[in-house]
Amino acid sequence: MRRIISILLLVIVALGISQSLAKIPFGVPKTKVGRHYINEGVKETGATNIVTSVVVSYRGFDTLGEVTVLFIAAIGLGAVLTAGAREGPRKTRPASLVLYTGCRLLFPLILVFGTYVFIHGHLTPGGGFQGGAIIASGFLLIYLGCRERRISRAASNLAESLGGLVFVVIGLLGLGFGDYFLLNFLPKGTANALFSAGIIPIIYIAIGVKVGSELAGIIDNLIEES
Amino acid sequence: MTFLALFLVLLMLVGAVAASVFKDLISAVIAAALVSLAASILFYLLQAPDVAMAEAAIGAALTAAIFIIAISRTKRYEE
Repeated sequence: MRRIISILLLVIVALGISQSLAKIPFGVPKTKVGRHYINEGVKETGATNIVTSVVVSYRGFDTLGEVTVLFIAAIGLGAVLTAGAREGPRKTRPASLVLYTGCRLLFPLILVFGTYVFIHGHLTPGGGFQGGAIIASGFLLIYLGCRERRISRAASNLAESLGGLVFVVIGLLGLGFGDYFLLNFLPKGTANALFSAGIIPIIYIAIGVKVGSELAGIIDNLIEES
Repeated sequence: MTFLALFLVLLMLVGAVAASVFKDLISAVIAAALVSLAASILFYLLQAPDVAMAEAAIGAALTAAIFIIAISRTKRYEE
């Protein structure tokens, strides 16, 4: 009986969702503000990647909140895990030769790729969050393959704090030079050049460093502390 | 394009059902990562490469790794 009721409820929910989604035309522009970002985004912000111009410039303040949420999640995880920390290091088997060699060869390449993704965030797809996640997956490989190479927690905390600090200080500089937080006060340069779009690349590099060290710190906490 | 999208959606459905049915939790995590991977290819086909990169790096790699670390501290098989 319970099963029949739950299936019935599921069908009703699916019907409701499909009815409301069927009304929305797929791929047709519905809002004026989206049109504005596509037509004027490159001119107003200097970033050829429109997603980046929205994330860092038009909606930069929301991004600061997003970074803060990730920061609080990482701190909470660290607090929960260090409360019940084990004594002494964990016994681990050494990785096989294939994994060890593979991770030593691949780790620098993954780091370079992640750095490329967040430095070119205003030109090509990708940005601080994606680049940071790629760098963190490189550190995950280090933890799987060559455990004797640990990242120093002090260095990772320093990188994380510096990233957050650069973001907030640049936002406040915008407030000092102009009228509002995160004003793009640097020259925008020519579109498609690496040094263009004003403060957008600087902020995305800060976000990339911050997200990368935060996610690597989460992995470090999970593997080493628990 | 249409066939590839259809195949990816079917793959996601199979992965999602498998993730909830498997008793071996490591297999369930791999099936969930498969859903993320197919979703990221689908995002790329729908011309959202930014989302595709985030989905591939976080959904398929980091989330699966965190789940596997958590499972290795508890029991592998569901009762």
